[in-house]
Amino acid sequence: MKRIYFTSRLIPIFLLCITTQLSKAQNGILNAGQIHGNLQTDVQYYNPDSTIGAAAVPEKLLMNGFANIIYTNGHFSAGLRYESYQNAIQGFDSRYKGNGIPYRYASYTTEGLEFTVGSFYEQFGSGLVFRTYEERNLGYDNAMDGIRIKYMPFKGVTIKGIIGNQRFFFDKGPGIVRGVDGELSLVEFLEVTKSTKLVEKLQNNNVRVILGGSFVSKYQKDQDPIYNLPENVGAWSARAALGWGRFDLTGEYANKINDPSAINGFIYKPGEALLVAASYSQKGLSFSLSAKRIDNMNFRSDRTATGNALSINYLPTISKQHVYTLSAMYPYGTQPNGEIGYQATLIYNMKKNSPLGGNYGMDLSINYSKVNEIDKNLLPDSTNMGYTSEFFKIGKTNYFEDFNIEVSKKFSKKVKAIFSYVYLAYNIDVIQGHPGAGMMYGHIGIADITYKIKDNHSIRLELQHLYTKQDEKSWALGLLEYTINPKWFFTVMDQYNYENSDTEKRIHYYTVSFGYTKDTHRFSISYGKQRSGIICVGGVCRQVPASNGLSLTITSSF
Amino acid sequence: MKKLLTFVFALTIYTVSFSQEKVTKIPTVDVKTIDGKTFSTANISNDGKPIIISFWATWCKPCVKELTTIAEVYEDWQKETGVKLIAVSIDDSRTSGTVKPTINGKNWNYEVLLDVNSDFKRAMNVNAVPHTFLINGKGEIVWQHTSFTDGGEIELLKLIKKVAAGEEIKE
Repeated sequence: MKRIYFTSRLIPIFLLCITTQLSKAQNGILNAGQIHGNLQTDVQYYNPDSTIGAAAVPEKLLMNGFANIIYTNGHFSAGLRYESYQNAIQGFDSRYKGNGIPYRYASYTTEGLEFTVGSFYEQFGSGLVFRTYEERNLGYDNAMDGIRIKYMPFKGVTIKGIIGNQRFFFDKGPGIVRGVDGELSLVEFLEVTKSTKLVEKLQNNNVRVILGGSFVSKYQKDQDPIYNLPENVGAWSARAALGWGRFDLTGEYANKINDPSAINGFIYKPGEALLVAASYSQKGLSFSLSAKRIDNMNFRSDRTATGNALSINYLPTISKQHVYTLSAMYPYGTQPNGEIGYQATLIYNMKKNSPLGGNYGMDLSINYSKVNEIDKNLLPDSTNMGYTSEFFKIGKTNYFEDFNIEVSKKFSKKVKAIFSYVYLAYNIDVIQGHPGAGMMYGHIGIADITYKIKDNHSIRLELQHLYTKQDEKSWALGLLEYTINPKWFFTVMDQYNYENSDTEKRIHYYTVSFGYTKDTHRFSISYGKQRSGIICVGGVCRQVPASNGLSLTITSSF
Repeated sequence: MKKLLTFVFALTIYTVSFSQEKVTKIPTVDVKTIDGKTFSTANISNDGKPIIISFWATWCKPCVKELTTIAEVYEDWQKETGVKLIAVSIDDSRTSGTVKPTINGKNWNYEVLLDVNSDFKRAMNVNAVPHTFLINGKGEIVWQHTSFTDGGEIELLKLIKKVAAGEEIKE
């Protein structure tokens, strides 16, 4: 008894000692040591609602949460992420279950060398052969767990090497992924070699040359009783970024050896991808053009994986990422088995006091993109090669087309507005994988008007309309938001599927929400109905089922 | 046991977040300049004057709104306080090619860095964009804020003036 008393008395004293020691140390040698992090919790309460097809959730309440903690001290850094799914919110993969620390790392950097052990995210070039990435709000995470070395032997030269397994929910994928990447920034490198005259000439002409190349390979044991599957699959890529004055030209080409997988239907055809972009830009005006061709470039560290799991590479979509609800209702997602497309964008800033610019100027942007199937000549099944394809030939099937204009203008000190028009052609069959659903052709009009009542009070009105004769037919949306800067916002929204051929489904999806932000702490609560659909962030998409209920989100960083 | 762990974990976060002295420097991460060169964030500086680091993306409406709003008054701010705004784009390779055309097309005069795989975003513990940091002359993060609504720029300017005058920021 006495002993316990003694110990319990001792603890606070002991703690006090530590704290004083620590604070002393903080002022001294460990001054550089810092701890910081961020966290997020999403809690959702579900009401069953058969009218919108929201299934009953047996748990009634679901929660996703995570926190990152990073410690840095001079050249050393270490961190971890705790994740908790009680159970995962609807729309997230149910394999996210329970709690754990799936992400932890330590890294050390000294002159030109960086060494990381544990979990890491990395990208080679534009990601065509390698990118590990996370998007917590979509449940996307293909982090590597292994070792990474980054080395800059000279200015302008970067070499990276990686090896490890990829994250698979709270587990690891079966394959081993290894890769190297090199990049050379020519003008910077020439400075090192002291070719001063040449460097001066290149710099005076504003010439930029960056070259790079990668090789990535995965190993996965072949346990197939019938097929002889390649256990080691290699992929390489070469890239260049060239610039001269106001012109920029970038490109990357990638190639992968045969890699039969669940996604490509276990064919032995090699894969390839090409991305090119050219742009001209000066103050107030820019024009850019990009094109791409993807052919059988699904690359995962498990040949049987589907969905968003275990991707080794990233095949960026080339179309505008829409942000308004109705223009984002039909988002495009890259077809890894094959697509060919192009995009053009013009951005123009009309100056203040010009005829169209008015007193405050005006921004105009026009964007067009189109994606088709690649040309395919099917080969007999017995060859297991799938098809042959002519590189530059565009296939017949239209996957996606998007033409949009956006005007953003400030009318007075109090009134600002954004108007946009979008034309979409969307192949539901292919993009959402619903054979027989056909094409959706839509016209969308959006007005987003902000009125500043006083310095810190403003009101915003969004009116959107989607006109289409296909799928669920036309939609109308109205949103009103009141903000008291910088802390509060209140929003009411109604989204109405007023023309649905099934009159039972002509539903108002209303939501009310409010939020409070203080510095980096943010709380938001919303109540209402959410339609089923696709949510995309940063090029990754997730299917969300319909729901009705209350949701709470808390984010914070420190 | 699991509950206990969770509790200890929550407690750690609590203690860490509230007992930490607010001296935080910018972490060192490699990003790219707008011309594609590798750039270490250790080299971010403004000769002892304040710096704003604003995380944004071309597809993020409030971010574009924030940067457009500040662009209108940026020259005045610079003259008054010597402040420099660094716009860190978290656009990935889908849209990173449009960052340069966007800043030029919109006529913004900011220094721009590309954080294509969100390494800097992670190191700075940014949950979502827009997220804005204010850094004092000593390179210490003295204030940060997430989200942008109209009028936010007025609040920010007040803080920049304080920092430029060497005053401390207290809530």
